[in-house]
Amino acid sequence: MSFAEEQLDAAARGMAVDDLDARIEEQLEAERGKDLLRFSTAGSVDDGKSTLIGRLLYDSRNVYDDHVRAVTRDAAIDFAQLTDGLRAEREQGITIDVAYRYFSTAKRKFIIADTPGHEQYTRNMATGASTADVAIVLVDARKGILDQTRRHACIASLLGIPTVIAAINKMDLMEFSQEVFEQHRRDLEALAQRLEIPELIPVPVSALEGDNIVHRSQRMPWYTGQSLLGLLETVPLAIERAHAGLRFPVQRVLRPHQDFRGFAGQIAAGTVRPGDEVVALPSGFRTRVRSISTWDGELDVARAPQSVVLTLEDERDISRGEMIASASAPPHRTTRFEATVVWMHATPLRAGATYLLKHTSQTVRAHVAEIRSRIDVEHLEERGTDQLALNDIGRVVIETSRPLLADTYRESRSTGSLILIDSADNATAGAGMIRSITDAAETTTTVAQASGALITLGARPHLAAELESALLGTNVLVLRTRARGVRAELLAVARLGAVVLAESDTSGPVLLTTGDAGAAETHVLAGEQATEILNELQRLGAIPTGDTDDDAVTR
Amino acid sequence: MTATAIADRSAVPLHEDGKRATAVDRFNHIQLLEAESIHILREVVAEFQNPVMLYSIGKDSSVMLRLAQKAFYPAPIPFPLLHVDTGYKFDEMLEFRDRYTSELGVKLIVWRNEEALADGANPVRLGTQRCCGLLKTQALLDGLRAHGFDAAFGGARRDEEKSRAKERIFSFRDSTGQWDPKNQRPELWNLFNARIGLRESIRVFPLSNWTELDIWHYIHLEKIPIVPLYLAKERRMLVRGDSLIPVEQSFVQGLPGEEQWVKCRLRSLGCSPCTGAIRSDADTVPKIIAELMAVRNSERANRIIDHDQDGSMEIKKREGYF
Repeated sequence: MSFAEEQLDAAARGMAVDDLDARIEEQLEAERGKDLLRFSTAGSVDDGKSTLIGRLLYDSRNVYDDHVRAVTRDAAIDFAQLTDGLRAEREQGITIDVAYRYFSTAKRKFIIADTPGHEQYTRNMATGASTADVAIVLVDARKGILDQTRRHACIASLLGIPTVIAAINKMDLMEFSQEVFEQHRRDLEALAQRLEIPELIPVPVSALEGDNIVHRSQRMPWYTGQSLLGLLETVPLAIERAHAGLRFPVQRVLRPHQDFRGFAGQIAAGTVRPGDEVVALPSGFRTRVRSISTWDGELDVARAPQSVVLTLEDERDISRGEMIASASAPPHRTTRFEATVVWMHATPLRAGATYLLKHTSQTVRAHVAEIRSRIDVEHLEERGTDQLALNDIGRVVIETSRPLLADTYRESRSTGSLILIDSADNATAGAGMIRSITDAAETTTTVAQASGALITLGARPHLAAELESALLGTNVLVLRTRARGVRAELLAVARLGAVVLAESDTSGPVLLTTGDAGAAETHVLAGEQATEILNELQRLGAIPTGDTDDDAVTR
Repeated sequence: MTATAIADRSAVPLHEDGKRATAVDRFNHIQLLEAESIHILREVVAEFQNPVMLYSIGKDSSVMLRLAQKAFYPAPIPFPLLHVDTGYKFDEMLEFRDRYTSELGVKLIVWRNEEALADGANPVRLGTQRCCGLLKTQALLDGLRAHGFDAAFGGARRDEEKSRAKERIFSFRDSTGQWDPKNQRPELWNLFNARIGLRESIRVFPLSNWTELDIWHYIHLEKIPIVPLYLAKERRMLVRGDSLIPVEQSFVQGLPGEEQWVKCRLRSLGCSPCTGAIRSDADTVPKIIAELMAVRNSERANRIIDHDQDGSMEIKKREGYF
């Protein structure tokens, strides 16, 4: 008998299961009805952000007694201390990084990404906002909209948060005045319009005294809206607002035995059903979904953000980094696009620089073609610039060595986002949101279609030398080698768009295997002239055709 | 992912062809958390050469193991488990470990700091801080290095403790295994930067966003086996003030009258000399959940080691502790 069976068996003998368990089960039913809302908070040291979160947790009964005891001095609870994190910060009295908090109410579970409002910590704010459904921006009722308010709202807007709640705090210091609130509300509405924030909701609060945080305030009867928590409990999740075709980036191929080839991934957007016609990209071959396989059985339907395994009707070799997508509404296939980039590295971003770019499950080389502007997030203006420094945000044109299968960030957050990695120190140097795609699928540079190839030459040193020198004159990456027993590795190199010339001492025909992972095929070459082979490479799309000037990105 | 299977397992009948109906309008929090964790597990296996899962035998490890089964199904779990055995774990934990892992058919590596144990390291002689440093942190770092693991899954959750609240999901460690809380990689969306240099490594926390209640709820729904120490029964304890100290090791000696039979259970599992029990009647998982919903103290309040100095968990983590 297995462990699980044994434990169930014990329960079945009546040792444990009783009325109490049945009653608890009813409570758990209610618990299972809760979804999960993520919100970010941003604010500066004296905005009272930590106090606001502390109050939210305390009034909604989400704080443990031992934590409250630890921050109570002279019978007064220091709400800000409830949420302050690391030791260094306690000493400095500020919050310095993104801290995540968890709480729940009868209606919902919540994850707070609590980020600092300091100017130099734009990157933290962007980090917290990247997964948020809602952003809470703090406004000091005494001061109204400040530079930092605009900064927070601007970052929330750039990171595509659909709902922004403006908590107008310290109303207790303004005698709970309706005029003060109305003035700030008008200013905020203008700001929302300018930043194209779909929904901005102002709430008058006092975090210190608990007004309109969890409970509706008795001291502001003129305010007819919901408390802050009331709003958080009713706002829809961002994912429920997304409407895109199927996007399924392949994370890993599962091949437990000969009869099963499954593609594991998390659905980035859309819905999938067995029988749906899909396209595998970038190879472009079409097939149908055979099954949606999971540990809990096969599914009739799955949708974002589920993690599943898809099997397809046709046996094709699809690997990590490729995407299975809706055949009728596929993503863009692009090697050149404009993105809004949040820069997070001490070394500024400059045109001409090369980084690694991670987008869905694929990592490619990226070349910064142009820096178009820097966004002044405090004055909401764009200025021309030739570089982005740490914590700058700007518009940048990026070219990639292999095509991305992408949507704009507005269309789909998860297929429109990317990170840039510095290949020297492996740091996450920047985060990007695709704004517009400048090369449509048809006009994609030839590089995009160049699949690379592995050519097995055997003992033909003259032919190898000839091919090598011919290819060195183009923009194609060439590798000539005599390494043995590394065919898989050489194919992987070929897939990067390279031509691998593999020599050995064996005799036999010249074999050409294209590096296109979607449709790798091996051809036996009849002709053994270099020019014939080069033509064949072009015909098969293994190397670019025509004008090589377009292929600058292969560098 | 279980899709509606989690929420509606009993309510949704299987179709004749064995498929489960899944007409849901929205996902609940457990389904969302499960999907996220599976994504993380797969991403690590795809990006790293030699990953390992730290297996502590506790409830979080049990959940992590189930998620790993789901992530790679129908293929087997593609990495081994590493248990850092301090030598002072409860016998019931070790029995559970050996039986459950062999039942699942996963490879288990057990690592102990034999040298320190031979020198008689224990918390009474060394104090909890030094004892933990040698038997947990040092043993963990040695074990990871000896096998050349470049990524290690841990079951830590951000809601457990303040310093964990700002831990990344992919947490970078330098070549000596240290954590620098001021120099963490920003983590946006679900795009994890998996690039590391020679001898550097990553700790990965697939359960980062789960709460203690979510863990128990999932154990209940998925019928995941747990060490019986979590369930209340009469046990021999040293009763000292509010504390219940398990009587397992000979160096844990009570004063006359302290040793009593008490109905109690453990809320988190650690080493027997340093893990206090709580008085409880919760002898089933649903009762544990009910207790949790009513309880007013945090989960690690019974861990003697977390309180040995202010900010002590953060110090341990910097040094390489999970």
